[in-house]
Amino acid sequence: MSKASTTTTIDAAEAAHFGKLAADWWNPKGSSAMLHKLNPVRLEFIRDAIDGHWSADGSSFRPLTGKTALDVGCGAGLLCEPLARLGAQMTGVDAAPESIAIAATHAAEGGLAIDYRCADVAGMAEQFDLVTSMEVIEHVTDPADFLAALRDRLADGGLMVLSTPNRTPKSRLAMITLGEGLGAIPKGTHDWDKFLTPDEMQDLLRDAGLVAGEMRGIAFSATAGLHLSDDLSLNYIFTATRA
Amino acid sequence: MDSHDIIILGGGLIGQTMALALDVHGLKSVVIDPVDPAGTLTTEFDGRVTAISSSSWKMFDAIGIGPRMREEACPIRRIEVRDGADGRPLDFETDDMADPLGLMLENRVLRRELWAMIQKAPHVTRKFGVTAETLDRGDHRVTACLSDGTTVTAPLLLVCEGRYSSTRDAVGINVAAWDYASMSIVTALDHAIPHQNIAHQIFYPGGPVALLPMNPGTRSALVWSLPDDHAKAAMKLGDRAFLAEVSRVTADILGDLSFAAPRALYPLHFRHTAKMTEKRLALVGDAGHGIHPIAGQGFNLGLRDVAVMAEVLVDGARLGLDLGDAQLLARYQRWRAGDVMAVTFACDSLVRLFGLPGKAARAVRRFGLDAVQRAKPVKDLFMSEARGESGNLPMMLQGLRV
Ligand SMILES: Cc1cc2nc3c(=O)[nH]c(=O)nc-3n(C[C@H](O)[C@H](O)[C@H](O)COP(=O)(O)OP(=O)(O)OC[C@H]3O[C@@H](n4cnc5c(N)ncnc54)[C@H](O)[C@@H]3O)c2cc1C
Repeated sequence: MSKASTTTTIDAAEAAHFGKLAADWWNPKGSSAMLHKLNPVRLEFIRDAIDGHWSADGSSFRPLTGKTALDVGCGAGLLCEPLARLGAQMTGVDAAPESIAIAATHAAEGGLAIDYRCADVAGMAEQFDLVTSMEVIEHVTDPADFLAALRDRLADGGLMVLSTPNRTPKSRLAMITLGEGLGAIPKGTHDWDKFLTPDEMQDLLRDAGLVAGEMRGIAFSATAGLHLSDDLSLNYIFTATRA
Repeated sequence: MDSHDIIILGGGLIGQTMALALDVHGLKSVVIDPVDPAGTLTTEFDGRVTAISSSSWKMFDAIGIGPRMREEACPIRRIEVRDGADGRPLDFETDDMADPLGLMLENRVLRRELWAMIQKAPHVTRKFGVTAETLDRGDHRVTACLSDGTTVTAPLLLVCEGRYSSTRDAVGINVAAWDYASMSIVTALDHAIPHQNIAHQIFYPGGPVALLPMNPGTRSALVWSLPDDHAKAAMKLGDRAFLAEVSRVTADILGDLSFAAPRALYPLHFRHTAKMTEKRLALVGDAGHGIHPIAGQGFNLGLRDVAVMAEVLVDGARLGLDLGDAQLLARYQRWRAGDVMAVTFACDSLVRLFGLPGKAARAVRRFGLDAVQRAKPVKDLFMSEARGESGNLPMMLQGLRV
């Protein structure tokens, strides 16, 4: 195994940016509209990964019953809530206190028991069967340290699912020039230079003592909207397990 | 407070089918209807029959009531369409090997089987003879206070209240509505000449006459659409005079006629909503589209709503989504809008095409009939499948569970 995972990788400016957006996070028509559209697509991948990893029945409604799960960079809980409904005993951590406050209120009002903490994954001690982190690694100060911290939170036999934008001319055009330019994605959300290619990701995972499983692209087309695809050029989602 | 996955307002044919489609997948619903059908489930034939398309039937199979009803249904093997003014026929035949064009089923059989199934359904809570006194669609859930003193909640409300849906009107969904100023006389007739599983549609300027084959082979359903005053006058005719009129407008195709059920009168309206969803609410069945029965498609269209909604919700539940999630409602709307629009306007234009009196109009109609023959809209309507989202047919219309 590689480095210790106790150094913080939180970028304070990034955390503050997302904190400001928190209030609108649960509005499907607000500044997070894109995230709401993305959510079912991510969940489709995650559900398949869960069924595959634990040989769960694909038609069941609560495949995560009896499992613990951690979402790192949980924002207002867009992913935590579905995972809790799927039966997981759920923990969500985020660096922005505003997001955690919104997340906790939303879950309580919806009758979902989720343990939300304003915390750095690097400072945590417990381990979880499922560890997820969607669109976070491109925002941290040191991706290698961040992956090491995620790895340390993974229980034996656990499953990790991550997603992140690819660093291609297409992703720059789609996510920054068009997405942020036209207002579909809040301005200042992305720093293209920090995006990682799938090859770079494979190297980082290996160095962290993890093996990548299946990688799928999240692509966009006018007819199908956002969908899972073999085209990784925009955004990709993948599983990882301990080596 | 009782929580469910879905609240269904309206327990008519569509509301009950919706509840069963969810039940077989393990989703919990509560069905609320002010009318208790237990009292109205007559064993006697009431003259109401519905043409069920083959794909709709597959959904009954998926729910489990198809096989039991099949013996009582009468297959339509052929549809003959004529212009009543000169009787020129146009055939629409079905392939011998393929599924029938549709199956004629008495509504009482459908009601009886749905009701029996609903009684046994483990995930359906029945609130018949009960009204929803207040309805609150909040940010997290829908809450309804009922006249039996209970309160129910669910993340989503499905409105299956039929064409006069008061909940749809109350939430402000705009409805394009007009009255055709005509009515349908519905009854069943026994006849001397066997129908050979042929359905007849004969178009007159005042409205179409339809004869639909039933069991046994010498019984057919009559759906005769007429302008309001003519329809009322025809209702007042004595039995023999009425049957003589029917023989005349149907060119005696079926020989001597006698009544197999009493006559009933239904006003014909058109209702179309461009939007089938609102916050934590969706319209299913006639509440979202009341169409002219010219091609017998109202119920079939509603069943396709049911199949799509069931698939959207089951898929959503398997992803852990809030069942009232805006993304799920958007998927239902996208998947259904094209189909509903196409069928609604095809039926309306058929009414208009055939409703124009006079010689010039007959020429137009002749031209229209040639177009009909080329485009085969009647057949297409019968055979039409759920279009929409990449032309995908929902699982339940393939006879499968989601
Ligand atoms: C003459 C005629 C012939 C037809 N022939 C055919 C055919 O051959 N093929 C075909 O496919 N279709 C046909 N149709 C259409 C078909 O009958 C309808 O599409 C179908 O019955 C609609 O079902 P539904 O459950 O949506 O509405 P409905 O059957 O109207 O049921 C609505 C239910 O909601 C309840 N309700 C009302 N208000 C409320 C409220 N506020 N709260 C709770 N519950 C409420 C009512 O009590 C009722 O039980 C025909 C229609 C007519 C008029």
